[in-house]
Amino acid sequence: MLVTLNTTDDPTNQFMEEIVIIGNGISGVTAARHIRKNSDKRITIISSETRHFFSRTALMYIYMGHMKYEHTKPYEDYFWEKNRIDLKFGFVNSVNGKKKELIFSDGSNMFYDKLIIAVGSKSNKFGWPGQDTKGVQGLYSKQDLDNLEKYAPNNKECKRAVIVGGGLIGIELAEMLSTRNIPITFLVREDSFWNGVLPKGESEMLNRHIKKHHIDLRLGANLKEIRADVNGQVMSIVISETEEEIQCNLVGLTAGVTPNIDFLKDSGIDLGRGVKVNRYLETNIKDIYAIGDCAEQLEPMDNRRSIEAVWYTGRMMGETVAQTVCGNKLEYRPGHWFNSAKFFDIEYQTYGWVFSTKKKYEAHFHWKHYDDTKCITIAYHKDNNEFLGINTFGIRMRHEILNRWLTEKRSVDYVVKNLAEANFDPEFYTRFEPEILVAFNRQLVNG
Amino acid sequence: MNSMQRNMSLTGEPPKDINTTQKIAVLIGIVGLAIILLAGFNIDLPFKEAWFYSALAFITFGILLFAQGAYTNKQEGIKNNGIWFKSISSRGILAWIAGISLTGFYIVLYFYPNLLGLSSDGNNTGIISLFDPLSRILSGNAASQWFVYGTLYTIAIFAFGIKFIYKYRHNKYEQLRTGSVMFFQLGFAFLIPEFMARLNESSDYNLPYYDLKSIWPLNYYLFDEWSVNGLLTSGNVGLAMLIFGVLSIFVISPILTYKYGKRWYCSWVCGCGGLAETAGDSFRQLSSKKMSAWKIERWLIHTVLVFSIVMTTAMIYTYLGSDPNKFWLTKAVFLLSVVVILTLVFAVTMIFRKNELGKDARYGAIGYFVVIGLLLAMYFTGTTTDVFFINSGSLRSAYGLYIGSIFSGVVGTGFYPILGSRVWCRFGCPMAGILGFQQRMFSKFRITTNGGQCISCGNCSTYCEMGIDVRAYAQKGENIVRSSCVGCGICSAVCPRGVLKLENGPLENRIKGNEILLGNDIDLMKYVNRD
Repeated sequence: MLVTLNTTDDPTNQFMEEIVIIGNGISGVTAARHIRKNSDKRITIISSETRHFFSRTALMYIYMGHMKYEHTKPYEDYFWEKNRIDLKFGFVNSVNGKKKELIFSDGSNMFYDKLIIAVGSKSNKFGWPGQDTKGVQGLYSKQDLDNLEKYAPNNKECKRAVIVGGGLIGIELAEMLSTRNIPITFLVREDSFWNGVLPKGESEMLNRHIKKHHIDLRLGANLKEIRADVNGQVMSIVISETEEEIQCNLVGLTAGVTPNIDFLKDSGIDLGRGVKVNRYLETNIKDIYAIGDCAEQLEPMDNRRSIEAVWYTGRMMGETVAQTVCGNKLEYRPGHWFNSAKFFDIEYQTYGWVFSTKKKYEAHFHWKHYDDTKCITIAYHKDNNEFLGINTFGIRMRHEILNRWLTEKRSVDYVVKNLAEANFDPEFYTRFEPEILVAFNRQLVNG
Repeated sequence: MNSMQRNMSLTGEPPKDINTTQKIAVLIGIVGLAIILLAGFNIDLPFKEAWFYSALAFITFGILLFAQGAYTNKQEGIKNNGIWFKSISSRGILAWIAGISLTGFYIVLYFYPNLLGLSSDGNNTGIISLFDPLSRILSGNAASQWFVYGTLYTIAIFAFGIKFIYKYRHNKYEQLRTGSVMFFQLGFAFLIPEFMARLNESSDYNLPYYDLKSIWPLNYYLFDEWSVNGLLTSGNVGLAMLIFGVLSIFVISPILTYKYGKRWYCSWVCGCGGLAETAGDSFRQLSSKKMSAWKIERWLIHTVLVFSIVMTTAMIYTYLGSDPNKFWLTKAVFLLSVVVILTLVFAVTMIFRKNELGKDARYGAIGYFVVIGLLLAMYFTGTTTDVFFINSGSLRSAYGLYIGSIFSGVVGTGFYPILGSRVWCRFGCPMAGILGFQQRMFSKFRITTNGGQCISCGNCSTYCEMGIDVRAYAQKGENIVRSSCVGCGICSAVCPRGVLKLENGPLENRIKGNEILLGNDIDLMKYVNRD
């Protein structure tokens, strides 16, 4: 529950300052919540997607019938009024940084004292012929979900779907469509699923898991073009490498996302691929900040990318910018990298850095269970054995412990020996630490 | 327009159908139920026994075949596809039909057993007579409506239990827990009481019906005069059972709840929980997660708890004597002991847990003084039959009718398909109230949240049968320590990011009040958590 606190700032200066946040995703909403926690400022969140905040990552479960839209809303609808956070449904056409003014698509306007841009991403389209045909879509927004329900409600309307792009959204879309028994062809540019991120052993295990779900997985396959029927409806796609034409009623474009910042073109805000921000999440224009998927760091930290389209980083940026906006100027300094995902039935977690193509200093220890649904990879420093990161599949790990080990710069030997301490699987689950330790010692002996 | 046609077409909907195997399974199950129903119309069937056993076999086989159709040829994992599209599990027309039929069944069972064919002279007719042969094998007596109910209840827990185990074949916690409720239902609730009835054939025994795992105050009739007299006139066995009954509420359950949380009872042992977790599994997502529902829950369950404590005390009070020379436990001694025990519980909680209680401390105090006030009133108005100037028997009947029958049966189970599977456990069960209090105040159990990994998707909250908004805690990085949590483990199972883990650990820092979100710079966390 949020509690309004007295701020230490000068009340005459801060009183009724209008904070406007564009975007009601995790970044914008987190910023709003923390600004409210620390101040009495007026807060408005603008969105043209949905009236209320919902969990974007849960969209897939609505299509799969696990949840309804209402269930994806983390706060009950009364929450916003109770915490004096105004919600405005509208689309911002342009931003005027000099006048501190927003112009909406309906011609109306609004003034702000401080503006936080948290507009998120849109699906990548790489200029494929036919990419704007009906039945071709990404999977990012609530509107994408509505479209999917329209073009792929079942396997009678949608006889086959083609998914282009082998990343996290692609495999989620595959899982979604497969729950309605829609035949799927999955085009992956790389020669193994997500191997730009995952080491070989893991990526190959996922290839097999995907095929077990009766997905027609095409590795090393690129999209050449999308063909439409006379109604302008998608009819088929053609694969570049083989010129093969595949009949389909839906094409999912899931080759990554890109910041959704077209409306800022003439705003004077410094743009790259995203909205350029310094470590304080400030743009080049005073009192305008950018957070979440759409922010592009001028100086990315250690191994991080300049744009991180990840739930957790969005949330952390929201927490950080709230401090700055409330007068406690703070750098965005995320701690150790972590992330997680689920590939059909296999859960994945990662802590620290494990690179698919090893860095010069990096060595890997890999263990895979014979049932082909569980494996781990531990990255460590070749010279001093320092633990650098871990990927786990089918085994849950305790964030707190691994975070601590990374901070303490533990050795890989320590991590493997104490792995049981970090296990987070439910009670009574079969444990694999002894087996992992044996495999680790064998690797040491055999080099 | 093409898109218009799409929306108009009949097939433009997500699939709601069940597959052919499941359809056949439903048919077989319905045949089984129909045989029992036919007996209800007193249709005189030849080979009655054969019909009876085939009916039970059809029902069981139908359920198992349905599970096979649902989960075979699928990879191990979460099987919630289409739950909100299917009529039965999303408050559709089938759910209402099922809910009304179940409610009707409970009304007949509790209030019109004659419609089931119950006859006081032992010559049952109709449905109950169909169950006579099995009852005679087990207890030697003719069946009663409770035997019919117990048999169907046990079959439901068994068949749906196997379905549940198959559904969660990747999850050992769920399998063991379900095996446990199946064992306790079959052994403790169904067979042992029947064998106790066998013992009663000897004149040395006069045992009442007693399901040993059913603890007071859930078992609200344990301390009724007839029950206590029955136990006291059944030699050492009866005495041992009575002592076990007292120990289980005052010693055994506090110790187990301290070590493992109330889940040891609610989702590993209890019959009500057993039915909710097996037959009720398809309805767990229907519980309300609203803050308003939580408020109703807290008032209702604690009101029932107060009612059950006062009612039981009043019952015992009226049948105890006043002369300490005859029996040491007199009316005055008994009432004083109740006051002392309640005061101890209240004092210990206030001394050690006042901070955790926060605003609720006031409600706790009100509850305490209401009970003490009622006990005093009891002392001044009590006679051998009356307390508060009303007949204590009518107090007991009112409890049995409104709480024991209507709340726990008609509403608690009959409304499964509408309100979710744990309505009784959440809003009514006084035993759950006591265990929940222990769990919240003095237990090692908690659901640990895994640092910053939560993506607020809402699967945990949706599938919490107790209506706990699990996500509200998980997304703040806060452990879940709620009195209502029965530890079913489903939130942890359905979490796609490995965020939740049921575990027993040290009491220290069990409830983390701060937003301890990992991944951030430590200085920031200092500010975020500042208050």
